Amino acid sequence: MIDQQAARRATQEVPSIPRDADGPVFREPWEAQAFAMTLALHERGVFTWPEWATALSVEIKRAQGAGDPDTGETYYLHWLAALERLVSQKGVASMDTLARYRDAWDHACDRTPHGQPIELRTDDFR
Amino acid sequence: MSHDHHHDHDHEHSELTETQLRVRALETVLTEKGYVDPAALDVLIETYEKKVGPRNGARVVAKAWADPAYRARLLKDGTPAIGEVGYAGRQGEHIVVVENTPQRHNMVVCTLCSCYPWPVLGLPPVWYKSAPYRSRAVSDPRGVLKDFGVTLPQDTEIRVWDSTAEIRYLVLPMRPAGTEGWSEEKLAALVTRDSMIGTGLAKRPEDLT
Repeated sequence: MIDQQAARRATQEVPSIPRDADGPVFREPWEAQAFAMTLALHERGVFTWPEWATALSVEIKRAQGAGDPDTGETYYLHWLAALERLVSQKGVASMDTLARYRDAWDHACDRTPHGQPIELRTDDFR
Repeated sequence: MSHDHHHDHDHEHSELTETQLRVRALETVLTEKGYVDPAALDVLIETYEKKVGPRNGARVVAKAWADPAYRARLLKDGTPAIGEVGYAGRQGEHIVVVENTPQRHNMVVCTLCSCYPWPVLGLPPVWYKSAPYRSRAVSDPRGVLKDFGVTLPQDTEIRVWDSTAEIRYLVLPMRPAGTEGWSEEKLAALVTRDSMIGTGLAKRPEDLT
């Protein structure tokens, strides 16, 4: 079960996570989602925290090399990129699969009137 | 500013940012493969309700309670008035503030895409995204309120607001009794997210621990 205890342990294992006295803080809702998925995969044993920290630092270096200002505002963008890459490296889902689902969600948005629940349908994969 | 915003084009479909699309893609794939349980993710995320976004809404409400001139500006044109407390940005644009009174209670349904004004309201509640909530809020608002522990007098009218591509709503809850002379900071502690969506009331002084 993922819980706040697990979240607190994660902030100990990955010291760069933005936090306050109680634990991690997020600028936007999607950041919390990305964080929660990472926690869940860790709990499932898909990767260890040292593996995660390495993957994240690789992404951060890559971004810095590409001119990322490294102000902290982009932290969770690097986090998301690291998560995608690690998921692919661990054979959970390939980058191609992730791209296909991303496009499907994009199609789902396009056909969903504003304010309606956005749901994936088979024909969004086209 | 608002006139060149892309929401003002006449497409009325939903929008997600590139990042949100990627996050959804990951969540869907991981769920289908059995690696994550969306309900468990939601439970964890809910525990961070107060840790997401700047939650400027509480400050806006507290200021409106304490400062009648600000309140008037806020109700007249929400967007610049909210900008005064320091927030101006994409998701917060075009915010209309609707005021609760003894005669009328306002409640907001939606939104399910990137238009949810999280910089003002904070993290959207999990139940808010669900289709049953949405449809019941429209057909039986009093029943939904009751589920949230809010019982209003029978003669209080309930208005349900559905955000559009261009307008999002912020509910200005009623100021609780017994808070005369309170500072804005102290008042802000009474303002919950649910009170700004209209599925709750502001806390009373005795609710503060």
